[in-house]
Amino acid sequence: MSQRVTIDPVTRIEGHLRVDVEVDGGKVRKAWASGQMWRGVENILIGRDPRDAWAITQRICGVCTTVHAIASVRAVENALQLELPVNAQYIRNMIILAHAVHDHIVHFYHLSALDWVDVTSALRADPGKAASLAESLSTWSGNSKAEFTKVKDRLSGFVGTGQLGIFTNGYWGHPAMKLPPEINLIAAAHYLQALEVQRHANKIVSILGSKTPHIQNVAVGGVANALAVDAQSVLSVERLLAVKTWIDQLADFVKNVYLIDVAVVGGSYPEWTAIGRGFVDYLSVPDIPLDGKNTRFALPGGHIANGDLASFKEIKSHGDAYFRDGVAESVKHSWYQGGKGPLHPHQGETRPQYTDFQDDGKYSWLKSPTFYDKPMQVGPLSRVLAMVAAQHQPTIDYATHALDLVSTVAKTKVGLEALHSTIGRHAARAVACSVAVDQLATQWDLLLANMAKGDLKTFNKPTFPRGEIAGFGVHEAPRGVLSHWIVIADGKIKNYQCVVPTTWNAAPRNEKDEPGAYEACLVGTPVANPEQPLEVLRTVHSFDPCIACAVHVVDQETQPIVRVEPT
Amino acid sequence: MRIVVLGAGNILLGDEGLGVRAIERLPHAYCLPACIELLDAGTCGMEMLEELEDLDALIVVDAIRASREPGTLIRLVGEQVPVFFRTKLSPHQIGLCDVLATLELLARAPRYTAILGLQPQSLALGMELTPIIEAAMPELLRLIVAELGVLGVHPAPRCAALTS
Repeated sequence: MSQRVTIDPVTRIEGHLRVDVEVDGGKVRKAWASGQMWRGVENILIGRDPRDAWAITQRICGVCTTVHAIASVRAVENALQLELPVNAQYIRNMIILAHAVHDHIVHFYHLSALDWVDVTSALRADPGKAASLAESLSTWSGNSKAEFTKVKDRLSGFVGTGQLGIFTNGYWGHPAMKLPPEINLIAAAHYLQALEVQRHANKIVSILGSKTPHIQNVAVGGVANALAVDAQSVLSVERLLAVKTWIDQLADFVKNVYLIDVAVVGGSYPEWTAIGRGFVDYLSVPDIPLDGKNTRFALPGGHIANGDLASFKEIKSHGDAYFRDGVAESVKHSWYQGGKGPLHPHQGETRPQYTDFQDDGKYSWLKSPTFYDKPMQVGPLSRVLAMVAAQHQPTIDYATHALDLVSTVAKTKVGLEALHSTIGRHAARAVACSVAVDQLATQWDLLLANMAKGDLKTFNKPTFPRGEIAGFGVHEAPRGVLSHWIVIADGKIKNYQCVVPTTWNAAPRNEKDEPGAYEACLVGTPVANPEQPLEVLRTVHSFDPCIACAVHVVDQETQPIVRVEPT
Repeated sequence: MRIVVLGAGNILLGDEGLGVRAIERLPHAYCLPACIELLDAGTCGMEMLEELEDLDALIVVDAIRASREPGTLIRLVGEQVPVFFRTKLSPHQIGLCDVLATLELLARAPRYTAILGLQPQSLALGMELTPIIEAAMPELLRLIVAELGVLGVHPAPRCAALTS
């Protein structure tokens, strides 16, 4: 007999995602992902000045402020065919990369590690053994017996009061929790250390972005940072040197703690390399532009069909027609007026039509995007696979390093194929984060070298023509491909659509009734106890869901289902 | 003494942004001493961790859904604060709630927390406040200033000509 399990909401932070699964014989047979909040922020932009769009769109989401700002200015610059000074690219790139590093660290340690790590088990750990194990794996300075003893005492105190606070929602003692106490203690210690380290990434964003959490320095045409070799009031070499110190500290943590922890957790849960595969069509876009026209990039991206790296088709620029013409969104299963089939974002419409949760009809506020009529997975796994396919050596090196460690812990050879899985998405994120933190240092070097040549230019003034122009801005955001699509008429916004990473991954069924990535990946996931569907959360959390961007907040005090005032 | 007055909310969703609007307006209406930091938190989460560490006081200004008449002033302090976070009176405290729980874990939580706000009228899409909320905003600013008074800080109002 099958059982229906509804999890609502499934995110630990931000947003509101509902997942329904039909469980039969201890496994998920069918799944539905549903965005439970109305999206329509795009409508607010119509009629406004395109130069203001980035400041407004960065308010869509509390987690991804920066990424919307970037995609938005790129969309307007694409429409204008406006070239940027390279300094502006370097500064934006550093913001993008610091934000990504921050996001990945916080996602793993603070939003998803507790799916795998049992904090209460850590109380039974021997700190000495934990230290020997951790020190055998890494040069990180925070792996001493004294450190682990301190953390264990702190956790005991916390758990002893019965006020678990941030740890309240964990599934402690669940049969799917398998890490030994020492590894749980190591992970808990790194959870706390990650809280300290993440602030370095945040400081970089706030120094370069002039403010955090909402950056202020972006402008259509470049950035508003005034560069100087010695003045106080601007982005001086002295401030940039402080940034470099934080980059180095982040790199130490990402490579000597995060990447290793993910490999150890992955190697301890080898069965999870065979769970959560779903469909294996992957999309990413190139990012970290090295020229003013967005045609050369530090990190490649593109499309991989059916998990076959040999099929990799590179997206060559941010204006590439191959990307532009491939994207469409269906609303057949979404709470919007439809009937026109999948629409290209430039023709996209956002007119709500709420029904109710209909298994075979409409059941989500998310639209269902496709790339040349096929649903895609986006995110760090797509990104890493594309970079491996493109022979990006640093990615290959970090992936090999991580998989070798996984193999050692699992005591069996684990290869690239294992990445097509729930735990593989975590591993790919750690690899992507390692690549990002190195690239952050590279972009810093490029900026300094260019300033040393006497080039301090950061802005090219845009001019808006009469008549209608259209553009699109892409960004390989932490959660995957983000695209903003704009139509400008006589200098004012005529249409605006955001196709965000979580929309790709958490999409409902599409025009051909094919499931979205979450829905496909959940099928086959084991569920030991339907009352505590930890395994379902593991697979969903492996995507790092952030529904707040995909749709936005209008939830109600007590009602699980949204009601929205039509506008 | 370090006090943060934090404006929470999404300015794209009408009255949901009233907390952010309040802290935008506060320095135009009152002279604030240097010990007070204003933080436009929007709907953010962990990015705010550092700014909120070891505070003497945190004043959160937010749209609060407490089943009152729209525009009703609401002040939550003491034992009502955790209740606020448990019962989802505001749609975006998920992030803020996690930040405060994390600060507890680090033993760096604010020594005093107050939550001030208004019952919103509409959370529909739009960047303007509804007229009822707009009319109640000066009262909300006075409530914030009164809360600062509780903490021993007494900002002087600016000349009315400057604030109109």
